[in-house]
Amino acid sequence: MLSKRIIPCLDVKDGRTVKGVNFVDLRDAGDPVELAWNYSRQGADELVFLDITATHERRKTMVELVKSVARQISIPFTIGGGINEIADADALLNAGADKISINSAAVRNPALIDELAKAFGVQFVVIAVDTRLNNGKNIVHLNGGRIPTEKETLNWIKEAESRGAGEILLTSMDHDGTKAGFDNSLLKIVNDAVNIPVIASGGAGSVEHFVDVFERTNVDAALAASVFHYGEILIPDLKGILQNRGIEVRLS
Amino acid sequence: MIGIIRYGAGNIFSLTSALDRLEIPYGMVFTEADMAQYDHFIIPGVGHAGAAMDKLTASGLVPAIKAQNKPTLGICVGMQLLTSYSEEGDSDMLGIFPIKTLKFTADPEHKVPHTGWNRVFSQKDNLLFTDIPVGSHFYFVHSYFIEYDDVYTLAATDYSTKFSASIWQDNFYGVQFHPEKSGNYGEVLLKNFSKI
Repeated sequence: MLSKRIIPCLDVKDGRTVKGVNFVDLRDAGDPVELAWNYSRQGADELVFLDITATHERRKTMVELVKSVARQISIPFTIGGGINEIADADALLNAGADKISINSAAVRNPALIDELAKAFGVQFVVIAVDTRLNNGKNIVHLNGGRIPTEKETLNWIKEAESRGAGEILLTSMDHDGTKAGFDNSLLKIVNDAVNIPVIASGGAGSVEHFVDVFERTNVDAALAASVFHYGEILIPDLKGILQNRGIEVRLS
Repeated sequence: MIGIIRYGAGNIFSLTSALDRLEIPYGMVFTEADMAQYDHFIIPGVGHAGAAMDKLTASGLVPAIKAQNKPTLGICVGMQLLTSYSEEGDSDMLGIFPIKTLKFTADPEHKVPHTGWNRVFSQKDNLLFTDIPVGSHFYFVHSYFIEYDDVYTLAATDYSTKFSASIWQDNFYGVQFHPEKSGNYGEVLLKNFSKI
């Protein structure tokens, strides 16, 4: 049986991890490679690096980071942030990234999904969707949830699937940062509506929230940042509990 | 030393990084003449099986690959190339294994691509799976699978159907999962292959 995946997400700026990280035994908490290595040793199934670098040096720094990670880590990882064209994706894939995640560039130019899927295969193309409730409707937002678009979330996700998305990373901006649990009602609707894997994101605060999201929505993976970075949830403990609750996980 | 067959399909940075970490020596095979200096081969591959087969054919390496008897490991699409036929692109493959590569049927319980860590059950005694417990997890990402076969399946995995996670015949091996991305056991498998 396919395991449910646990995915820590690292925000990276200028090749360094941002947001506080509170690992013991870490020589350099800002070094994404060392963090990634630690997570892989703890049993993370996959990693997501979200690049928030805003300079024109972005691609070069990201390629260097991706190479360093690929050299040292033996689990898959996804790179997201600022991928606007085929050449960006090509550089990152050649550097060893397993998947690329596209968010606003796909909303602005949906045909980019078709082009990426055709060039690299659907398995490389993760579409990240930030959603927020607007007048009772789930609406796709840009810029970290600040800018609403015209797109209704479920419709956009179905369109992304039909264009060649291989996976959906769905972040509820209403839940993100609340530590009150994932948006299980929306995740269930989305997960039932598509035939590609769905990663839940936004709202993880306790082990029970991970149990809930897998039991109630049957999503393929759950992503979180701060609960892992601050050591509030340890991945081996989390996986042990998931297994005890009858949820298939990989125990390394 | 392992020769990596280079025919223009997919990036190999993750594979060579894994071999570097394991201190397994390797080099690149671009032409038939390059093959003599290696005692093992890996055929990598990602993307479209039909397109990969076209590139392999264009490389001119097909007759030499089929004729040699050194341990040879196909990974992912590189494994699918070893079969007789793929539904992806309705394409003939190398035909070293008389079995087929088929497309998964997607449903909400079995999404496609088959993405993530699944259990691999070796069916036979073979050096490739030495020190790897039956049922260990490996990382998969694929939409096409090689059918299960009593003779050629070395290890099986269940998804919507039971399929070949690994195949074996004489000196030819294939793995559908990515050993270079499969944590500790993936590295054990690569090490095992280098010792066959």
